[in-house]
Amino acid sequence: MLRLPKFELRSPRTLSEAIQLLEEAGPAAMVIAGGTDLVPNMKHELATPELLVSLAHIEELRGVRREPEGALAIGAMTSLAEVAASELVQRFAPALAQACSLVAGPQLRAMGTLGGNVLLDTRCQWFNQSYFWRQALGFCMKKDGSVCHVVQGGKNCVAAASNDTAPALMTLGARLELEGPEGSRTTAIDDFWVADGIVNKKLGASEILTRIVVPPTPRGHRGAYGKLRDRGSIDFPLLGVAVRLDVDETERVAHADVVVTALAAQPKRVAKVGDTLRGQTLGSPEFESAVLAVAELARKQCRPLPNIPGDADYRREMVPVYVKRTLFAAARGDGPVHHV
Amino acid sequence: MSARDLHGPGAPWGAATPGSKSNTDFKVVGRALRKLDGLSKATGAALYADDLQLPGMLHAKTLRSPHPHARVLRVDASRALALPGVLAVITGASMPIKYGVIPWTPDENALAVDKVRFIGDPVAAVAALDEDTANAALKLIEVEYQVLHAYLDPFEALVRHDPPIHEDRKEGNISKNVRLEFGAVDEALAGADVVVEDDYEFHGTTHAAIEPHCALASCSADGVLTLWSSTQITHYVHRALAKVLELPPHKIRVVQLNLGGAFGGKSDPFSLEFCVAKLALVTGRPVKMLWTREEVFYAHRGRHPMHLHYKSGATRDGKLTGVDAKILIDGGSYSSFGLVTTYYSGQLLTGPYHFPTYRFDSSRVFTNKPPCGPKRGHGSVQPRFAFEVQLDQLAERLALDPIEIRRRNFQGDFTRTVNGQRVTSNGFLQCLDAVERASGWKQRRGKLGRGRGLGVAGSMYISGTNYPVYPNEMPQAGIQLKLDRSGLVTVFTGGNDIGQGSNSMVAYVVAEELGLKLEQIRVVAADTDLCPVDLGAYSSRVTFMVGNAAIDACRKLRAQLVAAVAQKWACDERRVRLIDGLAIDIEDAARSMTSVEVFQLAESKFDTLGATGSYNTPKLGGDYRGGTIGASPAYSFTAHVVECEVDVETGRVSVVRAWIAHDCGRALNPMIVAGQMEGSAYMGLAEALLEHHQLNRFGLHSGPSLLDYRLPTSVDTPELHALIVESIDPEGPYGAKEAGEGPLHPSIPALSNAIHDALGIRLKHLPFTPGKVLAALRQEQALRPARPHAALDEGSR
Repeated sequence: MLRLPKFELRSPRTLSEAIQLLEEAGPAAMVIAGGTDLVPNMKHELATPELLVSLAHIEELRGVRREPEGALAIGAMTSLAEVAASELVQRFAPALAQACSLVAGPQLRAMGTLGGNVLLDTRCQWFNQSYFWRQALGFCMKKDGSVCHVVQGGKNCVAAASNDTAPALMTLGARLELEGPEGSRTTAIDDFWVADGIVNKKLGASEILTRIVVPPTPRGHRGAYGKLRDRGSIDFPLLGVAVRLDVDETERVAHADVVVTALAAQPKRVAKVGDTLRGQTLGSPEFESAVLAVAELARKQCRPLPNIPGDADYRREMVPVYVKRTLFAAARGDGPVHHV
Repeated sequence: MSARDLHGPGAPWGAATPGSKSNTDFKVVGRALRKLDGLSKATGAALYADDLQLPGMLHAKTLRSPHPHARVLRVDASRALALPGVLAVITGASMPIKYGVIPWTPDENALAVDKVRFIGDPVAAVAALDEDTANAALKLIEVEYQVLHAYLDPFEALVRHDPPIHEDRKEGNISKNVRLEFGAVDEALAGADVVVEDDYEFHGTTHAAIEPHCALASCSADGVLTLWSSTQITHYVHRALAKVLELPPHKIRVVQLNLGGAFGGKSDPFSLEFCVAKLALVTGRPVKMLWTREEVFYAHRGRHPMHLHYKSGATRDGKLTGVDAKILIDGGSYSSFGLVTTYYSGQLLTGPYHFPTYRFDSSRVFTNKPPCGPKRGHGSVQPRFAFEVQLDQLAERLALDPIEIRRRNFQGDFTRTVNGQRVTSNGFLQCLDAVERASGWKQRRGKLGRGRGLGVAGSMYISGTNYPVYPNEMPQAGIQLKLDRSGLVTVFTGGNDIGQGSNSMVAYVVAEELGLKLEQIRVVAADTDLCPVDLGAYSSRVTFMVGNAAIDACRKLRAQLVAAVAQKWACDERRVRLIDGLAIDIEDAARSMTSVEVFQLAESKFDTLGATGSYNTPKLGGDYRGGTIGASPAYSFTAHVVECEVDVETGRVSVVRAWIAHDCGRALNPMIVAGQMEGSAYMGLAEALLEHHQLNRFGLHSGPSLLDYRLPTSVDTPELHALIVESIDPEGPYGAKEAGEGPLHPSIPALSNAIHDALGIRLKHLPFTPGKVLAALRQEQALRPARPHAALDEGSR
């Protein structure tokens, strides 16, 4: 068995205590939520924290709540299983419930948290390996080395954003609430990412993600999530597609959005989706043509790299298929799109 | 000495007619009884090698090569030795004697002596007070390598051998070549009405047993070295340790505890066993090593990748005239069982169909990859895949039903194959009937709509062979029984229970023979100090050979027990029946005795009670070099029908259900047999669709973890229907044959054939990934642009 390197674990009861601990320890400290991503990464010596600050005992970070104006406020420490099973989330943010229901497998969803999934480190077949393995090929630029094995001669890390929940939250226009030594701040999740596989998010030092807020969705909101993976459980996405369709009383599309993930360092919004689908009536031939046109837009705009395991050409071929299927699923009010 | 002459397939009291298929005579055999170790494994009480802790025990770790092929110029362990808590570091120089599970091809060192031959090849081992210290010490060992050209492509290794992977080989990088011809193949093919010739490819897969390898060694004050190891071949490990450590074998004891699966992945002597033994000798303290999952992937010994070229001819009515095979086998860096693999790749194909003529030319080459070896269905799963797909291609050309072409070529029972193997019982036709009926083949095949299909395949496999890996005249399986005055029978067997239930099987046999309750039997297994030799759990030999040895031992004791009772009751021995913990008089219901009383009576009469029993195969095999390899005392037969569904837009293949009919001779425990059948089909289908033991361009395993090596989960597993066929073999224990490996074979070609039924595409290159399915669909459309699709599109969404 791979050994888990030694570390100190602290479990504060309050957020301010947690921030203080992080600040005192500086870069040697990391936050641990469910640990389902961090612990394997520590065994692979990808992260070597001396101090882990657990958020498990901070009660205010848990739970799904509907705010008076209709927004959903989800504590970052709410388990993925709980978000997936939440009637509020299923009703007002179906794409998010579906995405949570397809993260890893049942045991991991019971431990893993929504905040942890939003903050999931990027993944790459040349990175998520043991120390021995990485050492055998001279490491890579994301950790301990300087080269990229995905794009030979490449200057930028292209490890893939692999969090299923991020694209769903982007279609929902979610805001992230963060708490740090300088106080609290709120950011649109769209603005949280950077195109760098080494660190693909703007998370400040000693900052903690506390809540994920999904603004009120209109009555005609539909959403779905589609996930391509080899097995029916456990695996990270080879491709993730979140869609949103807001329709008016006559079932005409008022707003549409498609965000695709597991391609590059950050989730990618497919451009011109709203313009293509707006005004079409669900179920009409024009709507179906517009869906196919969106699928084609996605195909043209997405070029997966061989960063994660599997055949990159096949992943690209599946982009339009999953975009199409997920849009149709949302239009029907069902989903997720998943092979089992 | 050979038990096979002493009894038939019937019950011990001889009431059953030989060849009887009725189970009613048996009290234990044929019943779905619980496994002896079921409860302890389910509750977590069962002890595995890593559960053992000894006072003063040290932990050992292995330093491995980061290069696929390099000369080791210098190993400097001084900094590691200086680390507090490190007690010893050993290198190849500590154990320079080479070993290999096949004594003719010893080419492995416990630690690299002069060269490393794959990424992960062991170079040095450290013993320290704890695992973290041992790991830290590994990073302090300096190794200077001279990097050599790495062979990652078997076709390159076949023609180039400068530098060679093994310097002392005469034939460059060729590990083994076998070329055998039976009959005039070229003439037979020339005279055939139809000939199909094609290429097939089997990717590599690995066992992925849930328990990683672990070994613990300890030396006693009087110089006895004990090794507890997760092995399926205690006897061969015993021999290899004696050789490499240069110790007399009687100073070594090898013990196997509960095993968390093996599937052939624990049937070589492994580096860690030598390392812990040597480190225990050096430090004088117990030493344990537990491999990481990653290390298990490097140690591998999994299914060989094979490039297979087949040419088969048939007459107009579908009878085979000849089969010609040329196979390139990618062996990886060491021989392991490779000599046998190379023979098996050709020798095990000659049933259940009659081959009038047959030729194969198999070459195993060394490459700088983790060594391949035996995985469930050793050497024969790959050729079976190719041939059974080719047989479907022949049926298609001849417009014959795929089941019908298989029936027409059935070789029959009590016959001899073209390569000289003796076939006894053969239930293959019943297997075909069973899957045909259960799957609704006649009504459903070809009528399920585009994207859904049924496919069939057949196979045969050995129940052990008469080839012990080292030549000797001694029994292949031995059993010792000890009867206690308490009514307990202790059975000592060298057989390795790897989860397949062989200890339970032995207990069932003894309970049946001596008329005992299962709770009166204790099995002590796989301990070289206590148990008579059995060669190990490989080649599907244990039920057949150990089962027969157990019957042999029991019959001797049974005679004594019955004689003692008959004398006491002053009646004819034939009236005494031992059953369910009692001796009863079958003519006088009022008269009975408990087994405790029986044992005590017999002990008073005959002295201390015990017996040994053994099994050895009869003389078998063709009269030519290698003719005994694959010569089995009995062959099992299998047929599968697989039903698949293909999403034509994503290319994803899903197996909806599979029907597995297997002729196991007699099911000693039908629940365990069905478990083996389902597990085999699960494993085969996983290899077809998901699993891939793959190296990247550096020669590094592309994902040595259970996240990246995709074993199917429960939601990926289809409905599996086990249909047991019992042909009652005249030489098997109560007529039993193997059930652990044979049932894997047809699953892979049956799936390929089902995909053809679903979509008209032939998948000949494993694994059947969605990308390959889409490519085949595109190719098929491009080749037949004029083909009317109206009928086909009906079923599509």
